[in-house]
Amino acid sequence: MKRIGPGRLLLVAVVAALLALPTFSNYFIVFVATEILIMGLFATSFNLLFGYTGLLSFGHAAYFGTGAYVAALLLRDVQPDFIWVLVAAPIISGVLALVVGWFCVRLNEVYFAMLTLAFGMMVYAVYHQWRSLTEGSDGVAGFPLTDLGIGIDVTLANPVHYYYLTLAVVAIGVFVLYRITISPFGLVLRAMRENTERVAFAGIPVYRYRLYAFALSGAFAGLAGALFSPFNRIAVPEMVHWTQSAEPVLMSILGGSQYFFGPIFGSAVFLVLKNGITTFTTEWMIYLGIILGLMVLFMPRGLLGVFDRWLGGRT
Amino acid sequence: MSTFVAAVLNSLDIGMLLFVIASGLTIVFGVLGVLNFAHGALYMLGAYASFTVLHHAALPFWAGLLVAPVAVAALAIVIERVLVRHIYGRHATYGLLLTFAILLVLDDGVRLIWGAGYLIVDPPEVLRGTFTLLGATYPVYSLFIIASGTAIGLFVWLLFNRTRIGKTVRAAAMDREMAEAVGIDVPLVFTLVFAFGAWLAALGGALAAPMRALGPSMGDRIIIESFIVVVIGGLGSFPGALLGALILGFIHGFGGRWIPEFDIVLPYIGMALVLLLRPHGLLGRPA
Repeated sequence: MKRIGPGRLLLVAVVAALLALPTFSNYFIVFVATEILIMGLFATSFNLLFGYTGLLSFGHAAYFGTGAYVAALLLRDVQPDFIWVLVAAPIISGVLALVVGWFCVRLNEVYFAMLTLAFGMMVYAVYHQWRSLTEGSDGVAGFPLTDLGIGIDVTLANPVHYYYLTLAVVAIGVFVLYRITISPFGLVLRAMRENTERVAFAGIPVYRYRLYAFALSGAFAGLAGALFSPFNRIAVPEMVHWTQSAEPVLMSILGGSQYFFGPIFGSAVFLVLKNGITTFTTEWMIYLGIILGLMVLFMPRGLLGVFDRWLGGRT
Repeated sequence: MSTFVAAVLNSLDIGMLLFVIASGLTIVFGVLGVLNFAHGALYMLGAYASFTVLHHAALPFWAGLLVAPVAVAALAIVIERVLVRHIYGRHATYGLLLTFAILLVLDDGVRLIWGAGYLIVDPPEVLRGTFTLLGATYPVYSLFIIASGTAIGLFVWLLFNRTRIGKTVRAAAMDREMAEAVGIDVPLVFTLVFAFGAWLAALGGALAAPMRALGPSMGDRIIIESFIVVVIGGLGSFPGALLGALILGFIHGFGGRWIPEFDIVLPYIGMALVLLLRPHGLLGRPA
């Protein structure tokens, strides 16, 4: 991660603002903030592959959606303490990503994107067609929210409580992902993005490293998904569809895929714009398209790239 | 026997329509190196434009078939000149993202202009009704699709392999600098190739209009199917587009008939298998 000027200070200020948010805002803002955090974690996990490893996964909703379904199904049929949902979802999503990734990591660029898309849609078909378990396109709904189960008394049905839980889980997830990106393993990933062949010549098993990145990325996407379906009180096949996979791509580009916090920032901008624009028109995709097109043409480093240049005088 | 014949005809009409559309996608990729995510939106525009020619200008079906694709190609010239040309030579991901942005604008643009409801285009008098072949009853219009797809494919192949225009385009695709050195206006060639790809997509849309209800998301499904076609056949390969389209046509024609619950996933399984066994497609060459 490139530090944006006094980055740490900014981070502390943002976290403080997030902690204080429910005290001065209404439920609508708390809802939007919760969604921003969840999608931010999803986008950050996606960006471990995209920004750091240079692999554009176009089927990442498979792992996000699997997390969402695991949470919804566990809450419907087993009702364990919520903490176990948060443990199970990333493990199952991570294992799924490990299996899919094993097939995908040998391909590059467009071919990688297409193969991840193909597997993503196969996973989608499973949730869509396995009606006896998932109720098909109706989705899994009507499940209760259980206790958290680590001795902290929270009511998950309360939006403010759910917001704080999301904030805590996302903060932990993002922190772990950050540690991964600055570890020697993270450096290898970045080196592979720059030049895979040279990394291979240095004796590093490229495909195995890519596979680890893929599985980790899928696991954290699953964690985000496990927060998403209880938040929406439903898990539907659309959460697994390729259109859902496009969202973290857009968020990462918007915020800046070369920056660790780019995807989260992008998630905030994306969802604030979406909620802002949809209040006065239903055709918000036009605006999104125009913004995305301008970003790709003129700000390929994203919004954080622009701020970085202003603050750091980088050209 | 009659169900078998019906399945074959069904496969062929799905396949030939996909071939027309996907050949545009593969030509654009082969020459410009851009995988055009907005290709499905151009297909949709072709269908909507033919609807407008028929219902608002009150012209016959054939006029729509002629005018709509040309109108879409004209729009594509603007898109290429203003937007797409700035990302040539950059990482393939940018092309995918820029054209995805174009797709979003076109999709909602269609919603603004034509509304979100479904629209119907009627086939012309001559092509209505059904015929019977080997005991299978089949719509005449499907036969028309199969015939037009074959004719269009032949035309494109001759254009690229038997004319000076085709030679020029292939030269520009192979070695940009060398082509410029011998006096080829490469930027112009690129613009025209992009427009030609859009023309094929829109022609597919105008052809498909009487068979499918027009809706603002009709391009989303076709773009993914076209991706699958060109990936199976080999990106940038024209014969590959034919092969891929026929394979997908038969997957739908037969798979959709006997195991309909797996219809949505079969194409993806096919694509995954091809990518795993032959990563550059059945008829593609490693880059």
